[in-house]
Amino acid sequence: MGYAWSLLRPLLLFVILYVVFVRFLKLGNDIPHYPVYLLLGIVVWNFFTEMTVQSLGSIVGRGDLIRKIRIPRWIVVFSSSISALINLGLNLIVVVVFMTINHVDFHKTLVFVPLLLGEVYLFALGISLFLSAMFVKFRDVGYIWEVILQAGFYLTPILYPLSKITNITLQKLIFMNPMAQAIQDIRYSAVTHTSSNIHRIFDGGWYMFIPYGIVGVLLIGGLVYFKSQANSFAENI
Amino acid sequence: MDDIAIKVDHISKTFKLPHEKQTSVKGALIGLLRGGKRSYERQKVLNDISFEIKKGEFFGIVGRNGSGKSTLLKLLAGIYTPTKGGIGVNGKLTPFIELGVGFNPELTGRENVFLNGALLGFNRKEMEAMYDDIVEFAEIERFMDQKLKNYSSGMQVRLAFSIAIRANTDILVLDEVLAVGDAAFQQKCNDYFEMLKKDEQKTIILVTHSMDAVEKYCSRAALIHDGKVKLIGSPHEVANQYTLENFDSGRLDGVDKENLSSFVKSLNLKLKSPLDLSNKDKLAFDVSYELNEELPVYLGISIMFRGVPVLESNSRSIAIGYKKDKKYTVSYNLPLNGFSKSELGIDIAIFNESKGQLIGYKTDAAKFYVTTQEDFKGGVMMSDGAWTVK
Repeated sequence: MGYAWSLLRPLLLFVILYVVFVRFLKLGNDIPHYPVYLLLGIVVWNFFTEMTVQSLGSIVGRGDLIRKIRIPRWIVVFSSSISALINLGLNLIVVVVFMTINHVDFHKTLVFVPLLLGEVYLFALGISLFLSAMFVKFRDVGYIWEVILQAGFYLTPILYPLSKITNITLQKLIFMNPMAQAIQDIRYSAVTHTSSNIHRIFDGGWYMFIPYGIVGVLLIGGLVYFKSQANSFAENI
Repeated sequence: MDDIAIKVDHISKTFKLPHEKQTSVKGALIGLLRGGKRSYERQKVLNDISFEIKKGEFFGIVGRNGSGKSTLLKLLAGIYTPTKGGIGVNGKLTPFIELGVGFNPELTGRENVFLNGALLGFNRKEMEAMYDDIVEFAEIERFMDQKLKNYSSGMQVRLAFSIAIRANTDILVLDEVLAVGDAAFQQKCNDYFEMLKKDEQKTIILVTHSMDAVEKYCSRAALIHDGKVKLIGSPHEVANQYTLENFDSGRLDGVDKENLSSFVKSLNLKLKSPLDLSNKDKLAFDVSYELNEELPVYLGISIMFRGVPVLESNSRSIAIGYKKDKKYTVSYNLPLNGFSKSELGIDIAIFNESKGQLIGYKTDAAKFYVTTQEDFKGGVMMSDGAWTVK
């Protein structure tokens, strides 16, 4: 029951966006398999949203356990990330079905997809650890995060093809965002080689590692902050 | 060192209580703009506590509400971290701060058993092996496939207790888990605790208010008072001290009508004069008492009018008996000529002679009425001033 709904939500969103952006606005005509391209972006972004939002409230939500028994605190965050991962898996099956229907060629670069999804997971995990620990002390973090997510949704080239932005500097700036980089690269690897990937945008410059650096810094920062707060969770909840 | 299960080494726990609680980023930012420093109140809940618990001991921790015993327990369980000092735990420790932690009301009893077992560190196979025993112990075979939310609270606690006692652990930390269920189930719990008491391998720490439980099961006990260990010793000593401590405040509260410490077996009052008295009569009653231990005592009485003592007296002027297990009776007579028309009550109390400590009391032990010839006069006192016209 719950899983059916978690499939239906991104699918409905996909239908709406497809009708508005592809049929009405004629976006992405230059990109082959644009519907699949669009769906894949939505699925990955949804995973990121779901995982961070669920993790954010996880420590406070399981306050009864945290105050009563001794369990490693990170388990709580980890378990909500697992449920998001399961949903992602189901959604990816739908994507594969669409890919087959659309006759998308299965490239060799498909092997990079799990690695890139791993990157998204680690990025979301770093943020989740940070947010869930912060939520114990500051109860309006949830609202703030919601706004940031909304901004992030439009700052990430999910609905629009990156090629619509003609300013190359702006393109590079957008690519600094690990989510933009990951989604673009996943699309490149899985759907079409005509779309831009990080290597193409940055022309192989050293700063193409910036998004990965951000992921690493956030993950380590999240872990350190979470660890420093974990001991006082029980008294602060 | 091998025979020590838990070593508590000079631990202190302080809670920071901010005067203005900031629970939002917004609030924190506004506070920052105002430039005001956040003031804290430091509440020292535990203050430099040290003790050791040996392997195989059944150790009781008692203390009044707010004495810090639950905080101590959470520190032992590793849920809180001490502000200062350290705790050494030798072996696997399982805390039961509350029964049924992690129970999910939407799942069935059966599912909850497995869920709870997982929290205790059992795998599925081990739980399946134990399942029948657990259900039998809890006495709820018929309801195992019902959702937990449809259980009565007693059933939930019984199920939780039945799982909890399966915990295969070296050190058990229990908080107020006694006294669940009906008499038959209580008996089972009692058997379980007796078994734990005999078990040389298991160390048990029990936090409780029940002095009966402390004296029955514990091999040693500690009394916590205002965040400090006031006494560590035999269960009997600790129980007595705890009971005494409760008296001093219990009397002020005036909640309990009768309260006897373990020194006093009984304390009673028998009115010899009639209930209705005129202020020309004498009030007469007997106070009888019996002691559990040989201890010099004296009696005190208060004549109460609407909760306020109007007359207090004690028996220190005479020598009264104090042998163990012997019933004594002392009489008291009071001419009522000083009293006006009123409804009065009698409180009686018994004190430890050497320390002047209250060891038992009974409020409203008897009531009586005083009537006067002059109907127009109110108040307790008979004496009156004079009216003049100016």
